[in-house]
Amino acid sequence: MAETAPDTSFTNQDFKIIGTRPPRPDGVDKVTGRAKYGADAFAAGQLTALILRSPHAHAKILSIDTKRAEKLKGVKAVVTCEDLPDLTGGNRGMLDILENCMARGRALYDGHAVAAVAAIDAETAKKALKLIKVKYEVLPHVTDVDEAMKKKAPIIQPHIRTTGVDPKPKKASNVAARSQFGHGDIEAGFAAADVIVEESYKTEQTHQGYIEPHACLASVGPDGQGELWVTTQGHFVFRNTCAALLGMEVAKLKVTSSEIGGGFGGKTHVWMEPVALALSRKANRPVKLTMSREEVFRASGPTSSTSIDIKIGATRDGRICAASAELRYQGGAFPGIWGMLGAMTTWACYDLENCQSVAFDVLVNRPKSAAYRAPSAPMAAFAVESTIDLVAAKLGMDPVDFRILNAAKEGTRASYGPTYGPIGIGPTLEAVKNHPHMKAPLGPNQGRGMACGFWFNFGGQTCTDINVGVDGTVSLTVGTMDVGGSRASLSLIAAEELGIPYERVKCNVADTASLGHNDMTEGSRGTFSSGMATIFAARDVVKVLRNRAAAMWEIDVDDVAWEDGQAVAKGIAHSNLSPLSLADIARKSPTTGGPIAGHNETVADGAGVSFASHICDVEVDPETGATKVIRYTVVQDAGKAIHPDYVEGQFQGAAAQGIGWALNEEYIYGEDGRLQNPGFLDYRIPVCSDLPFIDTEILEIPNPGHPYGVRGVGETSIVPPLAAIGNAVSNAAGVRLNHVPMSPPRILKAINAAK
Amino acid sequence: MRYEAPTSTKVAAALLAKEKGKAFVLAGGTDLLVRMKAGMVEPDLVVDIKRIPATQIIKKSDSGFKIGAAVSGASMGENKALKKAWPGVVEAANLIGSDQVQGRCTMAGNLCNASPAADSVPALVAAKAKAAVVGPKGRRTVAVEDVVTGPGRTSLKKGEIIESISLPKRVAKSGDAYLRFIPRTEMDIAVCSAGVNLTLDSKGLVKSARVALGAVAPTVVLVEDAADAIIGTKLDDESLAALSAACEAACSPINDKRGTVEFRTEVAGVLARRAAKIAYQRAGGK
Amino acid sequence: MSGVHVSTTVNGDAVEFVCPPGETLLDVLRNRLNLIGAKEGCGTGDCGACSVTVDGRLVCSCLVLGAEVEGAKVGTVEGMAEGGELHTLQSKFIEHAALQCGICTPGFLVAAKALLDRNSDPSEEEIRYALAGNLCRCTGYDKIVRAVDAAAKQLATDATKSGKKSKRR
Repeated sequence: MAETAPDTSFTNQDFKIIGTRPPRPDGVDKVTGRAKYGADAFAAGQLTALILRSPHAHAKILSIDTKRAEKLKGVKAVVTCEDLPDLTGGNRGMLDILENCMARGRALYDGHAVAAVAAIDAETAKKALKLIKVKYEVLPHVTDVDEAMKKKAPIIQPHIRTTGVDPKPKKASNVAARSQFGHGDIEAGFAAADVIVEESYKTEQTHQGYIEPHACLASVGPDGQGELWVTTQGHFVFRNTCAALLGMEVAKLKVTSSEIGGGFGGKTHVWMEPVALALSRKANRPVKLTMSREEVFRASGPTSSTSIDIKIGATRDGRICAASAELRYQGGAFPGIWGMLGAMTTWACYDLENCQSVAFDVLVNRPKSAAYRAPSAPMAAFAVESTIDLVAAKLGMDPVDFRILNAAKEGTRASYGPTYGPIGIGPTLEAVKNHPHMKAPLGPNQGRGMACGFWFNFGGQTCTDINVGVDGTVSLTVGTMDVGGSRASLSLIAAEELGIPYERVKCNVADTASLGHNDMTEGSRGTFSSGMATIFAARDVVKVLRNRAAAMWEIDVDDVAWEDGQAVAKGIAHSNLSPLSLADIARKSPTTGGPIAGHNETVADGAGVSFASHICDVEVDPETGATKVIRYTVVQDAGKAIHPDYVEGQFQGAAAQGIGWALNEEYIYGEDGRLQNPGFLDYRIPVCSDLPFIDTEILEIPNPGHPYGVRGVGETSIVPPLAAIGNAVSNAAGVRLNHVPMSPPRILKAINAAK
Repeated sequence: MRYEAPTSTKVAAALLAKEKGKAFVLAGGTDLLVRMKAGMVEPDLVVDIKRIPATQIIKKSDSGFKIGAAVSGASMGENKALKKAWPGVVEAANLIGSDQVQGRCTMAGNLCNASPAADSVPALVAAKAKAAVVGPKGRRTVAVEDVVTGPGRTSLKKGEIIESISLPKRVAKSGDAYLRFIPRTEMDIAVCSAGVNLTLDSKGLVKSARVALGAVAPTVVLVEDAADAIIGTKLDDESLAALSAACEAACSPINDKRGTVEFRTEVAGVLARRAAKIAYQRAGGK
Repeated sequence: MSGVHVSTTVNGDAVEFVCPPGETLLDVLRNRLNLIGAKEGCGTGDCGACSVTVDGRLVCSCLVLGAEVEGAKVGTVEGMAEGGELHTLQSKFIEHAALQCGICTPGFLVAAKALLDRNSDPSEEEIRYALAGNLCRCTGYDKIVRAVDAAAKQLATDATKSGKKSKRR
């Protein structure tokens, strides 16, 4: 029975409970220590696995001798790339994933996996690692993005020919791709400019810094069936990837997602799970594999370091007449899309006649870059929003007014292609302009800055079930992870649609055997797309409920309406029939046709773009260069805030990550190409005493592509902080930092240079 | 690996002396366990000294304070008399790590770990503290600045343990202070640091002073020129500038992931000046 | 490698275990005593996710050897709720949405309880510094600080009420 897809457009319906703040359903488990995360599963007879990693940034692996390790008592399996043959059938992207999980004849970064062991306990596994002898031929390495683009740089992937250039290059290069976006006539635009500002910027590499290291428990039997318990942002995608890499059938690998201890994009990628499965297959025992914190830093995927040139021209009346950018994003040792994403976001906040952004995706001897919350956008925004302040200053204009004058609006052709519908950049800027924070007095050595940010948001494949219990409670089954309260938001949506109390809904995250495919929980899609599927699954349930009510009343289903959570018989002829609640109908379900269920599968399109504007006050110690954030305000468009607590939480968390990035977080590589600070001691994420309260203002400009108007909210607010802090530091200390993080030594150096 | 928890320092020293493999003393464990986890050390014997009564007490006497080697930073912070007499030493000890680390970390451990960036050591050196060392050949007393000989190296011989650290009797009109620079507000290792201890005369002039810097050289540096710069003054701008200059001249730091040579040198001077002002105020100077 | 036999008290219950002498208290709790509330976020005392108390002192259980807790009293997040009732801190964390992913939550709760046990009326700054040893990457700490503050106030109100009651008696 073919049905047309449900209409997803915004309907401006009245809500009863959407927008309230009930307690999350998994709260008790998580405050009592009962919630089970990646490392919290145990299986009978499980082995402990450890991975041997390259100490070299770039090396040829001449040989790996595992004999002595295999002979050690208690060792049950040792694997190298030999145990993970290439089954990718020429799919280079898949082979890259496999090679990143286990080196194939060459080590491409400090921390690259070379071999792995599974043993009866950690002590034995540790001993076994020491018995594996690897012969390396150390090769020259490069870890800096600009150095890697130079002609004489060591080539990291000899098969790479730069894409996006014509003619196609014949020689290998570390530039994996060139991409270009924009429109208009840049040269004519700059020719018309009264002022032009050109600046170059650098941002260092940062890590998502989730507190839970990667962890999994793998079990594969000789019958080719397997199970994987894993902390991930997308267990369905992990299943497909692992099955393909190990030559397993998709349906025979069941992946269960544990509670996830933070991801922020870093758990969208497979880093070590195929190795755990390979060890389990070889040992025929369950294998637990957890990364240490050091391994997380060295061998999972941080975000790109970048080098960016910006040029903005404006006329005396304050209009930007031309804007161009060249962006160089480092992707680690494998090709990525990070430069391209950066180029797409570069000018997205503004209404520009002439704009251009050209990006280069560059390979270096660092771990493969991964998504990190609005991936690639914060770096481009740092460069653009710092330069915007400089242009405003040159024009003698207030930086907020200058942005308002040039902000994108409905009908603006975005620099990356599409034409915007109703969007929130203008309203967030107006809110900033009128915010009391902007008028608060500043003390000595204090300065205020603001900046804007953009993120696309995504939708994607989604599948959701609703099952009604005989007691009238509702089980909502979704396939997207609860990374920060989405069980609460999705339960609210189900309750709203069905007209039942929130407490009657229990939201579960299903394993891959229990629900259709769901894409990664990324791109701020969890509440948007699973929310959409929940709405339609609930409406599917309502259809069944109406049928059952009709059967109970013995009337035509067309005479049954669903109003305020109950079935109502329409028409004077049926006025003797009292309404039936969901619970009434559920109670009778065994005799009216059996279980009551609803379902929806969709490719959720129409994710609305999102904008944020931030205000930040800092105090800079002029004698030490230390910067303290003393006040911070986030204004962001949420489309519709389903559960405002968790929307605020996303704003605050994203801002805090941006603040850390702006001030102290960075990957520090030594001359030897080895990571110097793979730990929370010297990779300095903000601690509680570093931050003030982070004030939030939620704007609701409905997304026309969602029945409730929802836009993703998770990512956008990591975009503005780098520039907001840079602009504030500039106003506090009189020096502009073009290099992130703006650590005390860099700020003090700039202050001294300006003396 | 064996784990022993003797109840006397003598037995502990004997265990360490007798061990043929690698032996380590465990007090708070906040350095040792990190190094074990990283595989940097693989002990054959760990001797836990926390069950030795002498290591667990803070004792005030006519000659000053004796602080047992296993006394945690948190315990020191709770001792009002100690905090009143030696606020700089206590705040230095209390700056080591988080509340969690404070529950375990010890000054003796901080000293024996022999990191150039150890927080409590500059304050102890400024205070003229002494370590009571017990070994197979008996007891000896060592000035704190003579314990550390280089990064990760001490003058303690095989089998020797620090049982306690002594602070001298506090004379009137004295004050001390310790400041460090870290990029965050907590949880970092000092990029550079300064401890100042001084005594005023009846007119409020600095009569004697000790200035010690951390993380700017392989070991903590006692800067006599810096002390000389403020002796006989009321910490006027000129003498403070001279103090900073003397400190900068005494620095020979390295570039690393935590800071640059220029930054460490300049900020060490700034911190010494600020610490001197606090110590002066604590001594009753105006 | 011979194991160390340890008799101790965990959350008020007498417990015995045997562990290798180099094994941390965190691994003992998680792998031998099935108490998985304490998490390993770093293993080096830098994140606080493994926070527990030993004889009332807040510590990182990754920096304590299992062998060291012979005769000690260990407290973990599993011991915070009493009977059917959540501890006030636990209920305030839920009420104020002070957790997102929740991995750091047990450590924060143990550390916050240690703070309130010694300081029943902490300022915002005192809360922030007392919790500086616990990393959270999701929340920006905003709602955590608010939840701890609300719990302190609630506990003070409860104490006043029960004080009045006992006076009446």
